Amino acid sequence: MRLEYFQMVDRISLLDPEARVVRAESTVPDQSPVFEGHFPGHPLMPGVLMIETMAQTGGWLVLATLRFARMPFLAQVKEAKFRGFVTPGQKLEVEARLVQDGSGYAVVTGRIDSAGRKVAEAELRYGLAPFPNETLRAQMLETARRVAVPEAYLGDG
Amino acid sequence: MPSTFDTVAGIISETCDIPREKITPESHAINDLGIDSLDFLDVAFAIDKAFGIKMPLEQWTQEVNEGKVSSDEYFVLGGLCANIDKLVAAKVA
Repeated sequence: MRLEYFQMVDRISLLDPEARVVRAESTVPDQSPVFEGHFPGHPLMPGVLMIETMAQTGGWLVLATLRFARMPFLAQVKEAKFRGFVTPGQKLEVEARLVQDGSGYAVVTGRIDSAGRKVAEAELRYGLAPFPNETLRAQMLETARRVAVPEAYLGDG
Repeated sequence: MPSTFDTVAGIISETCDIPREKITPESHAINDLGIDSLDFLDVAFAIDKAFGIKMPLEQWTQEVNEGKVSSDEYFVLGGLCANIDKLVAAKVA
Protein backbone atom coordinates (compact mmCIF):
# COMPACT_ATOMS: atom_id res chain seq x y z
CA MET A 1 0.00 0.00 0.00
CA ARG A 2 1.11 3.53 -0.74
CA LEU A 3 -1.58 5.57 0.87
CA GLU A 4 -0.51 8.96 -0.47
CA TYR A 5 -0.63 7.59 -4.05
CA PHE A 6 -3.94 5.82 -3.49
CA GLN A 7 -2.29 2.48 -4.20
CA MET A 8 -4.50 0.50 -1.86
CA VAL A 9 -4.24 -3.03 -3.31
CA ASP A 10 -0.93 -4.89 -3.11
CA ARG A 11 -1.97 -8.11 -4.78
CA ILE A 12 -5.11 -9.80 -6.08
CA SER A 13 -5.16 -13.28 -4.55
CA LEU A 14 -8.39 -14.50 -6.09
CA LEU A 15 -10.43 -13.11 -8.99
CA ASP A 16 -13.45 -15.03 -10.22
CA PRO A 17 -15.95 -12.97 -12.27
CA GLU A 18 -18.16 -16.04 -12.80
CA ALA A 19 -18.46 -16.55 -9.03
CA ARG A 20 -18.64 -12.73 -8.70
CA VAL A 21 -15.90 -12.53 -6.07
CA VAL A 22 -12.47 -10.97 -5.66
CA ARG A 23 -9.97 -11.14 -2.82
CA ALA A 24 -6.93 -8.95 -2.33
CA GLU A 25 -4.08 -8.58 0.13
CA SER A 26 -2.54 -5.37 1.35
CA THR A 27 -0.17 -4.34 4.09
CA VAL A 28 -0.57 -0.99 5.77
CA PRO A 29 2.78 0.81 5.42
CA ASP A 30 4.90 1.38 8.51
CA GLN A 31 5.35 4.99 7.54
CA SER A 32 3.26 7.45 5.54
CA PRO A 33 2.69 11.21 5.59
CA VAL A 34 -0.97 10.33 6.19
CA PHE A 35 -0.07 9.23 9.72
CA GLU A 36 1.45 12.60 10.51
CA GLY A 37 -2.05 14.00 10.63
CA HIS A 38 -4.13 10.89 11.39
CA PHE A 39 -3.22 11.04 14.25
CA PRO A 40 -0.15 12.62 15.81
CA GLY A 41 1.22 10.09 18.29
CA HIS A 42 -1.55 7.59 17.42
CA PRO A 43 -1.23 6.52 13.76
CA LEU A 44 -4.41 4.94 12.36
CA MET A 45 -5.43 4.09 8.82
CA PRO A 46 -8.30 6.51 8.03
CA GLY A 47 -11.74 4.98 7.54
CA VAL A 48 -12.11 6.79 4.22
CA LEU A 49 -9.03 4.96 2.97
CA MET A 50 -10.54 1.65 4.07
CA ILE A 51 -13.56 2.55 1.94
CA GLU A 52 -11.16 3.33 -0.92
CA THR A 53 -9.45 -0.03 -0.39
CA MET A 54 -12.77 -1.87 -0.68
CA ALA A 55 -13.77 0.31 -3.65
CA GLN A 56 -10.55 -0.46 -5.53
CA THR A 57 -10.80 -4.17 -4.77
CA GLY A 58 -14.42 -4.27 -5.97
CA GLY A 59 -13.38 -2.09 -8.90
CA TRP A 60 -10.97 -4.80 -10.12
CA LEU A 61 -13.84 -7.29 -10.04
CA VAL A 62 -16.07 -4.96 -12.06
CA LEU A 63 -13.26 -4.21 -14.53
CA ALA A 64 -12.55 -7.93 -14.95
CA THR A 65 -16.26 -8.66 -15.42
CA LEU A 66 -16.36 -6.02 -18.18
CA ARG A 67 -12.98 -7.10 -19.58
CA PHE A 68 -11.79 -3.52 -19.10
CA ALA A 69 -14.33 -2.15 -21.60
CA ARG A 70 -15.61 0.51 -19.16
CA MET A 71 -14.34 2.23 -16.06
CA PRO A 72 -16.19 2.00 -12.73
CA PHE A 73 -16.34 5.32 -10.87
CA LEU A 74 -17.39 5.24 -7.23
CA ALA A 75 -20.83 6.82 -6.93
CA GLN A 76 -22.23 5.75 -3.57
CA VAL A 77 -21.11 4.30 -0.27
CA LYS A 78 -23.75 2.72 1.90
CA GLU A 79 -23.68 1.27 5.38
CA ALA A 80 -19.96 1.71 5.91
CA LYS A 81 -18.83 0.38 9.26
CA PHE A 82 -15.40 0.42 10.86
CA ARG A 83 -15.19 -2.20 13.52
CA GLY A 84 -11.65 -1.78 14.75
CA PHE A 85 -8.51 0.33 14.56
CA VAL A 86 -6.11 -0.45 11.72
CA THR A 87 -2.51 0.50 12.44
CA PRO A 88 0.81 0.69 10.53
CA GLY A 89 2.21 -2.69 9.50
CA GLN A 90 -1.12 -4.50 9.74
CA LYS A 91 -1.92 -7.07 7.05
CA LEU A 92 -5.36 -6.76 5.46
CA GLU A 93 -7.46 -9.25 3.54
CA VAL A 94 -10.06 -7.53 1.35
CA GLU A 95 -13.03 -9.23 -0.26
CA ALA A 96 -15.68 -7.85 -2.58
CA ARG A 97 -18.70 -9.57 -4.06
CA LEU A 98 -20.67 -8.34 -7.05
CA VAL A 99 -24.29 -7.97 -6.02
CA GLN A 100 -25.63 -6.48 -9.24
CA ASP A 101 -24.20 -5.71 -12.66
CA GLY A 102 -26.76 -3.31 -14.07
CA SER A 103 -26.83 -1.26 -17.22
CA GLY A 104 -24.43 1.58 -16.51
CA TYR A 105 -23.97 0.71 -12.85
CA ALA A 106 -22.62 -2.01 -10.56
CA VAL A 107 -23.06 -2.77 -6.88
CA VAL A 108 -20.64 -4.69 -4.65
CA THR A 109 -20.38 -5.52 -0.98
CA GLY A 110 -16.92 -5.21 0.47
CA ARG A 111 -15.24 -6.24 3.69
CA ILE A 112 -11.78 -6.05 5.20
CA ASP A 113 -10.47 -8.64 7.64
CA SER A 114 -7.28 -8.50 9.63
CA ALA A 115 -5.91 -11.26 11.86
CA GLY A 116 -9.17 -13.18 11.45
CA ARG A 117 -11.38 -10.29 12.49
CA LYS A 118 -13.63 -8.09 10.36
CA VAL A 119 -12.44 -4.49 10.60
CA ALA A 120 -14.57 -2.80 7.91
CA GLU A 121 -17.52 -3.38 5.62
CA ALA A 122 -19.59 -1.34 3.16
CA GLU A 123 -21.87 -1.52 0.15
CA LEU A 124 -20.38 0.32 -2.81
CA ARG A 125 -22.04 1.45 -5.99
CA TYR A 126 -20.27 2.49 -9.17
CA GLY A 127 -21.34 4.30 -12.27
CA LEU A 128 -19.84 2.70 -15.37
CA ALA A 129 -18.51 4.97 -18.10
CA PRO A 130 -16.25 4.70 -21.13
CA PHE A 131 -12.60 5.39 -20.29
CA PRO A 132 -12.28 9.18 -20.64
CA ASN A 133 -8.90 8.86 -22.34
CA GLU A 134 -6.21 6.38 -23.33
CA THR A 135 -3.87 7.58 -20.57
CA LEU A 136 -6.20 6.33 -17.85
CA ARG A 137 -6.93 3.07 -19.64
CA ALA A 138 -3.22 2.35 -20.14
CA GLN A 139 -2.51 3.20 -16.51
CA MET A 140 -5.30 0.92 -15.29
CA LEU A 141 -3.93 -1.95 -17.38
CA GLU A 142 -0.43 -1.35 -16.03
CA THR A 143 -1.73 -1.29 -12.46
CA ALA A 144 -3.80 -4.40 -13.15
CA ARG A 145 -0.63 -6.26 -14.10
CA ARG A 146 1.21 -4.94 -11.03
CA VAL A 147 -1.49 -6.28 -8.68
CA ALA A 148 -1.65 -9.59 -10.61
CA VAL A 149 -5.03 -9.36 -12.32
CA PRO A 150 -4.96 -12.43 -14.63
CA GLU A 151 -4.23 -11.52 -18.28
CA ALA A 152 -7.40 -13.33 -19.38
CA TYR A 153 -9.51 -10.55 -17.84
CA LEU A 154 -7.69 -7.59 -19.40
CA GLY A 155 -9.75 -7.65 -22.60
CA ASP A 156 -7.80 -6.84 -25.74
CA GLY A 157 -5.24 -5.09 -23.51
CA MET B 1 -50.24 -8.51 -6.14
CA PRO B 2 -49.31 -4.83 -6.58
CA SER B 3 -49.24 -3.47 -10.11
CA THR B 4 -45.96 -2.60 -11.80
CA PHE B 5 -46.79 1.07 -11.33
CA ASP B 6 -47.51 0.66 -7.60
CA THR B 7 -44.18 -1.11 -7.10
CA VAL B 8 -42.24 1.49 -9.09
CA ALA B 9 -44.00 4.42 -7.41
CA GLY B 10 -43.27 2.89 -3.99
CA ILE B 11 -39.59 2.50 -4.88
CA ILE B 12 -39.35 6.10 -6.14
CA SER B 13 -41.19 7.47 -3.13
CA GLU B 14 -38.96 5.64 -0.67
CA THR B 15 -35.65 6.12 -2.50
CA CYS B 16 -36.07 9.76 -3.47
CA ASP B 17 -38.18 10.88 -0.52
CA ILE B 18 -41.04 12.03 -2.76
CA PRO B 19 -44.61 11.87 -1.37
CA ARG B 20 -46.36 8.89 -2.92
CA GLU B 21 -49.41 10.94 -3.94
CA LYS B 22 -47.25 13.17 -6.15
CA ILE B 23 -46.22 10.19 -8.27
CA THR B 24 -48.61 9.37 -11.11
CA PRO B 25 -48.34 7.35 -14.34
CA GLU B 26 -48.07 10.70 -16.15
CA SER B 27 -45.09 11.91 -14.06
CA HIS B 28 -41.79 12.38 -15.88
CA ALA B 29 -39.06 11.02 -13.62
CA ILE B 30 -36.65 13.86 -14.35
CA ASN B 31 -38.78 16.82 -15.46
CA ASP B 32 -41.65 16.41 -12.98
CA LEU B 33 -40.16 14.47 -10.07
CA GLY B 34 -36.66 15.96 -10.28
CA ILE B 35 -34.88 12.63 -9.84
CA ASP B 36 -31.16 13.22 -10.43
CA SER B 37 -28.74 10.71 -11.89
CA LEU B 38 -27.52 9.46 -8.51
CA ASP B 39 -31.04 8.87 -7.21
CA PHE B 40 -31.91 7.26 -10.53
CA LEU B 41 -29.06 4.79 -9.96
CA ASP B 42 -30.75 3.82 -6.67
CA VAL B 43 -34.13 3.56 -8.37
CA ALA B 44 -32.72 1.44 -11.21
CA PHE B 45 -31.01 -0.91 -8.75
CA ALA B 46 -34.23 -1.32 -6.73
CA ILE B 47 -36.35 -1.89 -9.88
CA ASP B 48 -33.85 -4.41 -11.34
CA LYS B 49 -33.86 -6.26 -8.03
CA ALA B 50 -37.65 -6.13 -7.49
CA PHE B 51 -38.47 -7.46 -10.99
CA GLY B 52 -35.39 -9.63 -11.57
CA ILE B 53 -34.52 -7.74 -14.74
CA LYS B 54 -31.71 -5.61 -16.14
CA MET B 55 -33.16 -2.41 -17.54
CA PRO B 56 -31.02 -1.44 -20.56
CA LEU B 57 -30.65 2.13 -19.32
CA GLU B 58 -27.59 2.87 -21.41
CA GLN B 59 -29.37 1.79 -24.58
CA TRP B 60 -32.47 3.80 -23.66
CA THR B 61 -30.41 6.89 -22.91
CA GLN B 62 -28.59 6.54 -26.22
CA GLU B 63 -31.86 6.21 -28.14
CA VAL B 64 -33.18 9.38 -26.45
CA ASN B 65 -29.93 11.29 -27.04
CA GLU B 66 -29.92 10.32 -30.70
CA GLY B 67 -33.50 11.55 -31.04
CA LYS B 68 -34.79 8.11 -32.04
CA VAL B 69 -37.23 7.97 -29.14
CA SER B 70 -38.89 10.61 -26.98
CA SER B 71 -37.67 10.62 -23.38
CA ASP B 72 -41.35 10.15 -22.41
CA GLU B 73 -41.14 6.55 -23.65
CA TYR B 74 -38.73 5.59 -20.87
CA PHE B 75 -38.95 8.34 -18.27
CA VAL B 76 -42.67 8.99 -17.98
CA LEU B 77 -43.63 6.38 -15.42
CA GLY B 78 -46.47 4.87 -17.47
CA GLY B 79 -44.03 4.28 -20.33
CA LEU B 80 -41.34 3.06 -17.97
CA CYS B 81 -43.74 0.54 -16.41
CA ALA B 82 -44.81 -0.71 -19.86
CA ASN B 83 -41.15 -1.29 -20.71
CA ILE B 84 -40.58 -3.05 -17.37
CA ASP B 85 -43.54 -5.33 -18.16
CA LYS B 86 -41.98 -6.12 -21.56
CA LEU B 87 -38.67 -7.04 -19.92
CA VAL B 88 -40.44 -9.23 -17.35
CA ALA B 89 -42.45 -10.94 -20.11
CA ALA B 90 -39.27 -11.52 -22.16
CA LYS B 91 -37.66 -13.12 -19.10
CA VAL B 92 -40.56 -15.52 -18.56
CA ALA B 93 -40.89 -16.41 -22.25
